[in-house]
Amino acid sequence: MCQVDEEYSEQLEKRTVPSVSQNCVKCKDGSAVLIIRAGDAFCRCCFKEYFVHKFRAMLGKNRVIFPGEKVLLAVSGGPASSAMLSQVQEGLSRDAPKKLRFIPGILHIDEGGACGQSLEERERSTAQLEAIFRATGYPFHTVPLEQVFELPSSVLEAAASAPQRPDGSYKAAVDQFLQSAKARGSSSPGEGGPDGDPAVREAQVRLSRLETRDAPNGPARLGLGRSEDLGRLLSSVRTLTAKEDMLQTLRHHLMVHTARTHGYSKVMMGDSCSRLAVKLLSNIAQGRGATLATDTGFSDPRYGDVVIIRPMRDYSSKEIAFYNKMFGVPSVFVPGLDTKASDKASIPLLTESFVTKLQTDFPPPSAPSTGPVRSYARSTLKQKKPLPSTPRWCLRGCLRSGSLGRPGRPSAGGAAPRGPAGRGLWSRRGHLLLLPHVSLGCGAPAPPDLRSLLCYSCRLTVKDMSAVDTLPPYIVSEAEHRSHRLRMKQEISEFLLDEEEEDDDDEEAA
Amino acid sequence: MAAPITLHLEFGGGAELLFEGVKDHQVTLPSQSQPWDMKQLLVWIRANMLKERPELFVQGDTVRPGILVLINDADWELMGELTYELQDRDTVVFISTLHGG
Ligand SMILES: [Zn+2]
Ligand SMILES: [Zn+2]
Repeated sequence: MCQVDEEYSEQLEKRTVPSVSQNCVKCKDGSAVLIIRAGDAFCRCCFKEYFVHKFRAMLGKNRVIFPGEKVLLAVSGGPASSAMLSQVQEGLSRDAPKKLRFIPGILHIDEGGACGQSLEERERSTAQLEAIFRATGYPFHTVPLEQVFELPSSVLEAAASAPQRPDGSYKAAVDQFLQSAKARGSSSPGEGGPDGDPAVREAQVRLSRLETRDAPNGPARLGLGRSEDLGRLLSSVRTLTAKEDMLQTLRHHLMVHTARTHGYSKVMMGDSCSRLAVKLLSNIAQGRGATLATDTGFSDPRYGDVVIIRPMRDYSSKEIAFYNKMFGVPSVFVPGLDTKASDKASIPLLTESFVTKLQTDFPPPSAPSTGPVRSYARSTLKQKKPLPSTPRWCLRGCLRSGSLGRPGRPSAGGAAPRGPAGRGLWSRRGHLLLLPHVSLGCGAPAPPDLRSLLCYSCRLTVKDMSAVDTLPPYIVSEAEHRSHRLRMKQEISEFLLDEEEEDDDDEEAA
Repeated sequence: MAAPITLHLEFGGGAELLFEGVKDHQVTLPSQSQPWDMKQLLVWIRANMLKERPELFVQGDTVRPGILVLINDADWELMGELTYELQDRDTVVFISTLHGG
């Protein structure tokens, strides 16, 4: 199992790089097949163990998924999300004490329409993916990106987040789950069989009958004419950077919506640490500093009732590629917007090229391969205080809650003068929710100027669009809603109690 | 004079798109006075196989950063990378890790 042909060893003597005759750093016995960190050579067996352990450890350490919880796995078909799917299968099928105990489902967003794929190409890759999904026995949802044009505007409302469970309750929940599983008739602990707990298995069987495509097959599946809408939207976005940014926003909304519709409370995304490093730096470059922590952290609570988690964030793309290759994890290459683009075509691509070169040229002595980027990330994330230009409406986060502010305090926001930025609607935490929009002063119902409502970064993206009315209706109607509220707020502002002093004190104290 | 050698080349992770979408290739390298090494193989691939945008595959005398190389299922970093001397019927795999998701 751990053997590799050793016939190449002689001519490697002169090199300072480790040679194939090197033994595994872990078992000291098997011959190494890959180097995962500078100098750490692993044999095949130890690499597998390391890879599998890391996944469960990541979930175990963070304790955010409760036993029996429904978790939606977002699988693009690429290497990282495919590896994630294989790890979920591995974790759910084990009879180990650290077994995973949630109920998985799979979501694939078919973005072919955004990347200029023909219907036939899309059908082909979807069919390939669905074959992989079907083999898992988990229920799956294939949703074409075009469906963003049918999203209700409620998708932008952060539903009340799931009731906070106190930390100590995790263990209690696990125990309770095990007991009820036992009560349901498995006589001995090992009885669960290869597929794990009977309760989970039963739920999975039930769910797997529910395999859905969220719309009928064929062209109709793409949402009746919605492909033109998507085409118009994307062609109105002039730069690749803005296109990628827009696509990511829409993808998130569609994921959250699908999760809500089908009762999933967690969405797992397969971002690797290499991927997150790129995301992090390009976010900074695009002025998305404010959402850094949620965009790249393990758990991303910004949508309230649906929490996004990123269990692959400790894996480098090299580890993932090797694992998939060595252990035959199937993945489907689906071309993206940036396929075959030059590495200077967009900010994320430029950043990726930079990060990859950084990792190649300066592998840190014993840190994970994104070491330098990580320490940069850490220092960035330490700055808790929002930057002065903290978001207005961010398409990427800070969703509207039922009322702008704390319940029971109707004017909790308070319209406060804020330096040169002037008056705006602020949340209690000092986030600028809305900025007054000058051209609305005349009272005529002008169409909302989206740009003036948005945060700096989203504004940049929208600025790169030639026509804003190509946006999906749920975004347009949210913009109308926001500028309407803003106008009302302005009209009644003189009658409101002035809370700005207090607000400012709060801010400084924080 | 070294005899010609036959190699199995495999491209994945999107790298195959630079080779007309074909993942598996059997190639025969002509005989030459020196044994073939990886560095020469990359030159040969660039000259004989790359149809478009060679800079997306090779940069300088090595592979573009972000493309992993496996020689007979092992990391080429363990095998001397560019100096590895190719043997007849070796398998060399190139996997792009760029913008995978
Ligand atoms: Zn080992
Ligand atoms: Zn924003």
